[in-house]
Amino acid sequence: MKRARIAWAGAVHDAIERDGQLELLTPAFKGRRLSFDEVVWLPPLAPVARARTVLALGLNYADHAKELAFKPPTEPLAFAKGEASLIGHRAFTVRPAGVQFMHYECELAVVIGRTARRVRRSDAPDFIAGYTVANDYAIRDYLENWYRPNLRVKNRDTCTPLGPWLVDAADVPDPMNLALSTTVNGRVTQSGNTRDMVFDVATLIEYFTSFMTLHPGDLILTGTPDGVVDCQPGDVVVTAIEGIGELHNTITTPA
Amino acid sequence: MSWTPGGTVYGTLLNFQREWALWRPRMDDKPYLAPPKAPVLYVKTANTFTPHGGRIALPAGEAVEVAASLGLVMGAHGAPTHAVLVNDVSVAHDSYYRPAIRFRNRDGFLGLGAEPTPIEALGGIEGLAGLEIELRIHGVHKQTTALKDLVRGVPQLLLDVAEFMSLQPGDLLLVGSEALADGTRPRVVAGDAVEISAPGLKPAVQVFEEEVLS
Repeated sequence: MKRARIAWAGAVHDAIERDGQLELLTPAFKGRRLSFDEVVWLPPLAPVARARTVLALGLNYADHAKELAFKPPTEPLAFAKGEASLIGHRAFTVRPAGVQFMHYECELAVVIGRTARRVRRSDAPDFIAGYTVANDYAIRDYLENWYRPNLRVKNRDTCTPLGPWLVDAADVPDPMNLALSTTVNGRVTQSGNTRDMVFDVATLIEYFTSFMTLHPGDLILTGTPDGVVDCQPGDVVVTAIEGIGELHNTITTPA
Repeated sequence: MSWTPGGTVYGTLLNFQREWALWRPRMDDKPYLAPPKAPVLYVKTANTFTPHGGRIALPAGEAVEVAASLGLVMGAHGAPTHAVLVNDVSVAHDSYYRPAIRFRNRDGFLGLGAEPTPIEALGGIEGLAGLEIELRIHGVHKQTTALKDLVRGVPQLLLDVAEFMSLQPGDLLLVGSEALADGTRPRVVAGDAVEISAPGLKPAVQVFEEEVLS
């Protein structure tokens, strides 16, 4: 099943995809169908009691590591982001004035489904609720070599679109064989496959949970393949993952 | 006894003058190449929260350091309303280039004060500059951190962070922590009780213990 979280008619609703439409789960409107165009799409995540843990991988595709002139890491290179940087499908991301290089990063996002601590790699699938698409924008002008990637590059407001759907793990038989692609104004600029991850999803879950407990709703953004290009205000950026969804985003100016 | 933050906790790196001065000669070298211009932040994820009076497990075979800091609890529009003492625990690491997340984000690695105190009761934002935080292990004084020694004082830090991200109500911004004279931070072993205290604030007390692998 593909699950969405949307704003419509003055309230937030959970919905599922049905025959190319959104079907509301809200009791008062249960079964009502809406077109994709008449709602505001939110990140497809239920609220959580404590701050959501959002982990993101750097250099988790060998080709991207090469593109950025790094050797692939021997231990996952991970950093944590704040939930406040997340926005939904069809939203706007701000390109600050005066920057030279702002690029998207199409990433498979894993949503944790059960409290996970010291999970073995072979058991990792049991702890996944589902998958969605993340676009983990970076503004490279702000890169500094202190606690890389520094949060001024990676944790900006509006700079982490997520969605449109949370696709149940049961509907993704092989998350490690999914085509990824990004288009900018309809032109393909990035393409890859999740099979080329340096550390696969199960290994990442084993690694993280060896020292940190993950809770339902926590997120792991698994890194991006090569093919990142600069994006300008007005550009429509679509990050897509086979079987998971196409996440649309438009770059805009600050004011 | 059981207060934990409702929002995201951000830590600040290199925001005390002594540690900055100790690092300054190396800041132009590889891999850093230049001193940091903007505040350097990291996230202390929710799994790190240990309430006042709680126990913190030490990973076997790793040197673990403790650090006294003040957390600013955000109200609306990025303005802090409360402050709380914290113990920002980490596995000791020499490189600030791309440290592994397991150093700072291990389960339990943020000791928290019993509850936040209204900033009004501490003399307002300006009054925080006069605050001195003490760190004791088993009652023995190890370090005093004076907020007058911040590189970016609280108002400047809030301004410079707001330039690139907004803090949400309930988020915590830690002002940073100071190094000892030799650049290290106090280290702990199993059995150590660490108390972080300051006038007008509720202390943060946590006991360290060996990790039990179940």
